[in-house]
Amino acid sequence: MTTTQHSATPLAAGTPAPGFSLHATPDQLVSLEEFRGHPVILAFYPADWSPVCGDQMALYNELHSVFRRFHAELIGISVDGAWCHAAFREARKLHMPLLSDFEPKGAVARSYGVYREQDGTTERALFVIDGAGIIRWSYVSPLGVNPGADGILEALEQLPVGSPA
Amino acid sequence: MSRATLAPPVTARDHIQGDASAAVTLVEYGDYECPHCGRAHPIIKAVQQRLGARLRFVFRNFPLTEAHPHAAHAAEAAESVAAHGGSDAFWTMHDLIFEPQQDLSDTSLGTLAGQAGVTADLVLADLAAERFVERVQEDFMSGVRSGVNGTPTFFIDGIRYDGPWDEESLTSALERAARRAKA
Repeated sequence: MTTTQHSATPLAAGTPAPGFSLHATPDQLVSLEEFRGHPVILAFYPADWSPVCGDQMALYNELHSVFRRFHAELIGISVDGAWCHAAFREARKLHMPLLSDFEPKGAVARSYGVYREQDGTTERALFVIDGAGIIRWSYVSPLGVNPGADGILEALEQLPVGSPA
Repeated sequence: MSRATLAPPVTARDHIQGDASAAVTLVEYGDYECPHCGRAHPIIKAVQQRLGARLRFVFRNFPLTEAHPHAAHAAEAAESVAAHGGSDAFWTMHDLIFEPQQDLSDTSLGTLAGQAGVTADLVLADLAAERFVERVQEDFMSGVRSGVNGTPTFFIDGIRYDGPWDEESLTSALERAARRAKA
């Protein structure tokens, strides 16, 4: 991990996932607790519209049905505002919720150890959280590299079968 | 760090140009409707020219169907042409799809198949019967497992290549790999 300067240490496997409640649309709040009982994949990404983020979300969009087999929900999080997310989702026909870590800016990213003070954005970071709300896998990708989905699928497979569901 | 290594490795199941004894193998995961893959196509041709017999090239399907409505059928049509017409017909179809990359409707795919030497009706029937859906999906999932993160994604001797893929950069990356293989 010498390629990028990380601003903090991402929360590691075994840590309880910090709760949050963030806007998915201008009038809809989504909280992590709502997903209790099912695995959640949190994908922090630097910005709507940037080329790498667009590709990354397009790939996850394509894998919607694969994640569903694990009863897992993928959630994107960035510091962009809810209106920006709405336009990005519509333009790219994205299925997953995109949450706004907007006010106070980056607070949720900070609680997961993946906020980049120097840039004012989040790291490109992935967390797989089990049905009991415990982080089971985390990964921070070099900012310019789309991490793909192989790590996510491996982490989902390693969740105990019938884990608190 | 992600390992991003190709799994499964290249086998007889794959669409292959070049010999198994070639010094270096380049695998592309591509989408027939993706503009970047369209841009990569002539670059691959040029790189193949430059490396000659030292290079083996393999194409696997990675259609991003949510973004590209014709990508799945284009991939299935190419597979259908391969099944009916063999490897040469497949590569002709592959080139025909990528070179204009404009109209990828079923009708047009049928016409291209005809130009590749396989009766359009056979290919259209395969599309209707979803005969190659599973094969294309196998390619796609092997890509996901191997760390494919968009299209095109390249693997050089089984390791994901994250560098630039303009003709010069790709050629020198392959030359380096070929020299390593020889050493």
